[in-house]
Amino acid sequence: MGNRTIVPFGPQHPVLPEPIHLDLVLEDEIVVEAIPRIGYIHRGLEKLVEKKDYQQYTYVAERICGICSFMHGMGYCMAIENIMDVKVPERAEFLRTIWAELSRLHSHLLWLGLLADGFGFESLFMQSWKIREQVLDIFEETTGGRVIFSVCDIGGVRKDISFETLEKIKKILTDVENELEEAAKVFIGDTTVKLRTKGVGVLSKQLAFDLGAVGPMARASGIEMDLRSQGYAAYGKLDFKPIVDHGGDSYARTAVRIGEMFQAINLIRQCISLIPDGDIKVKVTGNPSGENFMRIEQPRGEVVYYAKANGTKYLDRVRVRTPTFANVPALLETLKGCSLADVPILILTIDPCISCTER
Amino acid sequence: MGQQILKEIKINDLLTEVLKVKNEGYRLVAITCSSKEGLELTYSFDKDYELLNFRFEVDTETEVSSISALYPYAFLYENEIKELFGANIKNISIDFNNTLYKIPVKTPFHMKSSELEVKHGK
Repeated sequence: MGNRTIVPFGPQHPVLPEPIHLDLVLEDEIVVEAIPRIGYIHRGLEKLVEKKDYQQYTYVAERICGICSFMHGMGYCMAIENIMDVKVPERAEFLRTIWAELSRLHSHLLWLGLLADGFGFESLFMQSWKIREQVLDIFEETTGGRVIFSVCDIGGVRKDISFETLEKIKKILTDVENELEEAAKVFIGDTTVKLRTKGVGVLSKQLAFDLGAVGPMARASGIEMDLRSQGYAAYGKLDFKPIVDHGGDSYARTAVRIGEMFQAINLIRQCISLIPDGDIKVKVTGNPSGENFMRIEQPRGEVVYYAKANGTKYLDRVRVRTPTFANVPALLETLKGCSLADVPILILTIDPCISCTER
Repeated sequence: MGQQILKEIKINDLLTEVLKVKNEGYRLVAITCSSKEGLELTYSFDKDYELLNFRFEVDTETEVSSISALYPYAFLYENEIKELFGANIKNISIDFNNTLYKIPVKTPFHMKSSELEVKHGK
């Protein structure tokens, strides 16, 4: 047995967008165990249901995380709509789906940039985030915000997107798609990128299932699981299949996310061609009573929104189980046996969102 | 969306029920805790998008067996519930002993916001 040392990783580290601490137990340069420590940005947001009524809480839910903001708001609103049996207008369902897929696109582009930065490919990092800027500009034009939109509400959405703007979005997405194709060639084909990602952090299908992995982390290991296939919002009217890879390594996770970006562009185009005219919101009166588990597919995977209401305007409980929370055990497993130099890449391949994890 | 089933169980039947669903190929989705007088624990499992929930009520004194021997990744959920609500969950595979989130106040989710403000001197 070689000498064992413990190397602290984080909470501040150049590759970490948010603080997480790992105590890496090393034998020479190989990780034998990783012990996580979280809690640096726990804000107790779930407890705010005692002070914010169920309609105000939409704003709190959106602020759980800046990257997954829209889908947090959407998941919460859908949980309450299920409890209150509110039928959202069809146009609003399509608008939610368009913003959800734009969120997936911008989130994956952000992640691609961080991954490139993680292995020192700075120009690719800049290029990925440059492409992402076009998506953020779409958000600003359609919602007024680049990060937090406050556009999802119980009963529908607050803003509409005009026909002209939808056509403009289609043109922008064509440019995004072309630029993404160029960047994707590097991520998938470049020798140095392959050397840093192929065979690194392999998670078998069985292990991914046993450890409860979700999202691209699970799909890259061959598990065909995607909550969008259940047809919430407008997904039931769209034609798509989950993007699955069987490599189980960091390269496979990269390929899955790149595939999902192109898929997101395709889904937005489908939504634009199918979106009906009509209202964007129904009036919601009264208070919710009952409980519901609402599950949607965020960029990082399955998110569970549990809401429990008692007939008053304040909910008894809101519980958010985020995908990074579910993927942490799988991360700890992939770190075992890896080289210290691969740790940043492995942590990045679960696409960690610590704000979501700690809430 | 897939079906949601809620089954009320007795605390002593927890491990038996969880072992049954594990053998049937269910994955653990979440463990949820809410509190009013006591604690209400809900264990959610998924198979083919069907959500199966087991629920029981318990107080903060009664021991609850950890399911981390059956579902290793349950340790995160159980540590969170133990720290935020004060549930007495025993034999968690990796037990952070109430230091997962490093919150200065004990069991903050098991007290009202007004009590929390008094503790913080507001």
